[in-house]
Amino acid sequence: MLYSDKVMDHFMNPRNVGEITDATATGTVGNAKCGDIMKVYLKIENDRILDAKFKTFGCGSAIATSSMATEMIIGKTLDEALSLTNKAVAEALDGLPPIKMHCSLLAEQAVKAALKEYFENNGGIPEDKQEYFEVLQEDEHSV
Amino acid sequence: MSATDSFRVYLDHAATTPVRSEVSERVFDVMNRFFGNASSIYTEGQEAKRLLEESRDQVASVFNANGSEIYFTSGGTESDNWAIKGVALRNIGKKNHIITSAIEHHAVLHTCKSLEKLGFRITYLPVDPEGLVQPADLESALDEDTCLVSIMTANNEIGTIQPIKKLAEIARSHGVLFHTDAVQAAGVIPLDVRDLGVDLMSVSGHKIYAPKGVGALYIRKGVRLDNLFDGGAQEYNKRAGTENLPYIAGLAKALTLANTEMAETSERITVIRDRLIRSVLSEIPHVRLNGHPTQRLPGNANFSFEFIEGESLLLLLDHYGFSCSSGSACTSGSLDPSHVLLAIGLPHEIAHGSLRISIGRDNTEKDVLRIVPVLGKIAERLRAMSPLYDDYTKCLGSNETPCERCGQQNH
Repeated sequence: MLYSDKVMDHFMNPRNVGEITDATATGTVGNAKCGDIMKVYLKIENDRILDAKFKTFGCGSAIATSSMATEMIIGKTLDEALSLTNKAVAEALDGLPPIKMHCSLLAEQAVKAALKEYFENNGGIPEDKQEYFEVLQEDEHSV
Repeated sequence: MSATDSFRVYLDHAATTPVRSEVSERVFDVMNRFFGNASSIYTEGQEAKRLLEESRDQVASVFNANGSEIYFTSGGTESDNWAIKGVALRNIGKKNHIITSAIEHHAVLHTCKSLEKLGFRITYLPVDPEGLVQPADLESALDEDTCLVSIMTANNEIGTIQPIKKLAEIARSHGVLFHTDAVQAAGVIPLDVRDLGVDLMSVSGHKIYAPKGVGALYIRKGVRLDNLFDGGAQEYNKRAGTENLPYIAGLAKALTLANTEMAETSERITVIRDRLIRSVLSEIPHVRLNGHPTQRLPGNANFSFEFIEGESLLLLLDHYGFSCSSGSACTSGSLDPSHVLLAIGLPHEIAHGSLRISIGRDNTEKDVLRIVPVLGKIAERLRAMSPLYDDYTKCLGSNETPCERCGQQNH
């Protein structure tokens, strides 16, 4: 099998699929040309992520990492969510095939893109948090 | 849409086929009874040699060739490499131009790429939206430096069958050799090398219910090309290496059976294919057929599902018991979707959502058509989580045309 049981579980039964109509922030990354797009919706109150949902166009690992990444940030503080890495998402899924690691970066980038929008709508990104957003400059396909 | 552990329908015969029992019996029989080296002069060797030549004649008669024009190889990839590199190296420093098409198998395209490094100039002919090479394009690409034209008989992804006779005639009129990769076509549609007028033709065993690891190259008498393998004097000094007699006998058996049953099998599979295509196009929205409507392999159906990525589609189909393939980047192991789908003009996002169903002799109409409702539900499920479909449905309510948000036209 190409994927671990955990990846298949999150692909077959993805958690948190859908939209949040009154989302505090959203982030969209990827493009159709490359074959993957992820859009994440966050509901944030008092610096805590109350809910997260996603919509993803992509392969099995893109959908599974979207599912896992949203699971990993729900209930977390913004600081905790900011420290989410694509490696942690992949590890939580018991690993991804090497050629699929870029899919996990898509999930990290989508979460970061939504958090960026949140900070920008709330007075700007704090100086000490800038480094967390450097990942948005990376080309997912170079991973 | 419930899956049972045992329910499986194999619909990827263009990738490979199961070995027919008549063929595996033949392979084992030869393996058990004829172990001799066909190059040896004693009885065991001469028995093997006799069987080898019988197999050669059987393969030759399927294609209306002479036995002396059939050379056994390890498969389609070797045959393609040999034909192209063999002719190229024979002409190096004299004629350094090769013409092929943009939709060839990688065994041809990557061989041409490697020849570019040796200084060869390669022309990749475009194809029309249905996957056909235009004879006029070949005519104008030929020049005094051209040593070879290599155009596949039928495409492995979209099934389009090329006008080989016409293309070979154009090459011949310029005195240029013509090779065709017939890996998908041999044993499936009638191929008469004399009538087609080809000089070289590649054939593979495992696409026609013979084992993997055996194939053949037809080399018309008088055609000169360099050897790919150097060593012993096997295959009339052209292809060194002790002959894989059990598989060669298996290939001959499989081709003979395929040829005998061709008309009946082709007619039956074409009926199933056309019903499948009609059903999918009429029952599932936002699906298009790729390839030519009629000039296509009997068992090939290739669709694009908009707003869906192909690998996800394949994983879900596998879960429900169907084995198919896709031209999406994620299934090709690269970042780009299939070069064939891009060459027929599909945008990247549509190419990523392609599905190839290739029907074989073991499929019943009932089993094949069972995929249609499953596909419908999978498409619905994946679209429900696709941001592209979201954008599309939201744009439906607006009057923006062409749409900048989702890139779709005419909605």
